[in-house]
Amino acid sequence: MTTLQVMFILLGSITLAGGLYTVTARNLFHGALGLIVALAGVAALYALLEASFLAAAQVAIYIGAIAIMIIFAVMLTRGVMGAYPVKDLWSLAVSSIGTVLLLAVLLVTLFRFNWPQTTPAAVPADSIAQLGKALVDPNLYVLPFEVASVLLVAALIGSAYIARDKK
Amino acid sequence: MVPLTWYLVVAAVLFCIGVFGALARRNAVAVLMSIELMLNAVNINLVAFWRYLEPDKIVGQAFAAFVFIVAAAGTAVGLALIISVYRSRDTVDMENVDLMKW
Amino acid sequence: MNVVNDPFTWAGNVIAQWLGGFLPPVGVDVTMMVLRAGVLGVFALVMFMVMTWIERKGVARIQDRIGPNRAGPFGLLQPIADGVKALTKEDITPDHVDRVVFNAAPILSSVAAMIVFAAIPFGPGLIGADMNIGIFYILAVGGLGIIAILMAGWSSNNKYALLGAFRVVAQLVSYEIPHVLSIVAVVMLAGSMSMITIVEKQPVWFLFVLPVSALIVLFSGMAEIGRSPFDLLDAESEIIAGHHIEYSGMKFALFFLGEYVHAFAVSCIVAALFLGGWRGPNIFGLTVPYLWFFIKAILVFNVMVWARGTLPRLRIDHLMAFNWKFLVPLSLVNLIVVAVADRLAQAGGLAAGTWPWALVMLVFNLAMLVVALALVGWAGQRARRAAEPREMPEVETHDEAHDAEHAPIAAGAH
Repeated sequence: MTTLQVMFILLGSITLAGGLYTVTARNLFHGALGLIVALAGVAALYALLEASFLAAAQVAIYIGAIAIMIIFAVMLTRGVMGAYPVKDLWSLAVSSIGTVLLLAVLLVTLFRFNWPQTTPAAVPADSIAQLGKALVDPNLYVLPFEVASVLLVAALIGSAYIARDKK
Repeated sequence: MVPLTWYLVVAAVLFCIGVFGALARRNAVAVLMSIELMLNAVNINLVAFWRYLEPDKIVGQAFAAFVFIVAAAGTAVGLALIISVYRSRDTVDMENVDLMKW
Repeated sequence: MNVVNDPFTWAGNVIAQWLGGFLPPVGVDVTMMVLRAGVLGVFALVMFMVMTWIERKGVARIQDRIGPNRAGPFGLLQPIADGVKALTKEDITPDHVDRVVFNAAPILSSVAAMIVFAAIPFGPGLIGADMNIGIFYILAVGGLGIIAILMAGWSSNNKYALLGAFRVVAQLVSYEIPHVLSIVAVVMLAGSMSMITIVEKQPVWFLFVLPVSALIVLFSGMAEIGRSPFDLLDAESEIIAGHHIEYSGMKFALFFLGEYVHAFAVSCIVAALFLGGWRGPNIFGLTVPYLWFFIKAILVFNVMVWARGTLPRLRIDHLMAFNWKFLVPLSLVNLIVVAVADRLAQAGGLAAGTWPWALVMLVFNLAMLVVALALVGWAGQRARRAAEPREMPEVETHDEAHDAEHAPIAAGAH
């Protein structure tokens, strides 16, 4: 068991534990903190996968912005006051069984496929420069990049309008 | 070297945790948090496939970056909608928001 | 390398050799990593003590008084006295707080400030981890401190703490935008996000090439820390003392520590990005890069102390208007102008990193600054003219009633 594998098991467990706490916490603020732990774990997994830019982007975007938005929404909708009622037992049972079935299907498909067994090639040293060039290359991804910026402006204006005080 | 299947298993389990949260929680903000978990699980899959199968092509990282952007935009609009519903109906319980127009 | 040029690498090698005597290579690696992280953490904490001393003496001298001078010569032991006081204060935990979150918030606040030091280049080989995303890592972990403030505000079970936390987070998140945009201008010129590369690309300091970016990074850095003049929301003299109103004793000292360590981290970042980092002439023939970096970081911190001592506090709406209406458009325009100027200068045959190129960039930057300030002045003039009271037209007030009013008085005075 190499150090990399030990680190992966540790980080994977932290991520999954955070995710589990998010969906089972009665107190919604604690759920948001569990989400932050899960997001940080995913960032660490990206760092293990040598996608350094994505790891830093994950921390900056998800933890530095989206998690803060979620915490604001939790506080503005009075989610802090006490525990939350859960759904009735029947729908809990149905969703648990459905989730377990989905997990079983996914895992069976995963393990039956013949993944290529060769060791992966090394990541090129200038992958960040390549990513930057790819996002503005007319033959590559400049169109999705520009459409994504329009999407962000639309989301900004739309959410500011929807959530404004109507008095 | 960590085998590829390990990453895929973690991503699958995280996705299923997100699915459970989206189906079993009553609070709309909790459902949004579960959707975030699902999006992150998908991203782990994308980046793992990029690293193990095609590390010299930039497609994997670019795709994952676009998923970040779309997730952020979607969460922002979703939270604005929840706050607007809370202002007019004083509840964010999914069981109570069941009319198309009121 | 010999002892004076690079004492840290020399000491590291000596310790690694000694450890290799009885540990397997994996153990040596892990121990050296832990040791390096520990040294960086202790360095941050020791610098916290130096920073508080500089701040108190500096602000005192600006305010025409002496500052602490009882504890030790020149008050140098004052930070130790402060620490003892904080440790012996009663640790009050209010009723009905969320214990885990209440205790975790100050820890997260100080740790988030300390992990920035892993990516700061103290010297050519002296960096915790030379990542190819160095400056982006620093910007990303800045977001962790914001979560700590929200945790503190929420768990205090106090609506004023919650409101204070909301407002502080709004300020911090708003000021991240010009901060990041101006750092992008630096990354654009250096061609890489790695801190070592950014310092190596500065034969001419970026302060002279990108003065507007340097000013914006310094101002938004000061706002990010929550220092004067941007500290309306958590200053001691405000009624709502903000998110740390319910903390006392060592927990409050941890928040305080986080703020000063963050201030030093921002000073180090400005020194590395704009003041040439560890570049400096040799002293008596010895290259001492870490000393030059240290001097530059302390210099930037002194500028921050100077701003705190002299400028009045900004009101919350002025603060937000300053950010959204001035700094954000200025950073965007700065990015465009820097890109255009760089391409023009290089197309004109000037190589990057030389003084003529720097002069061209400086001229463009100063022109942009002059235009920006002129626009602000014009807008201010317009606002002032619109707020002046209009002149009342002349109206004849002499009439019979007026004369009759005054005449009897004059008649009755006899």
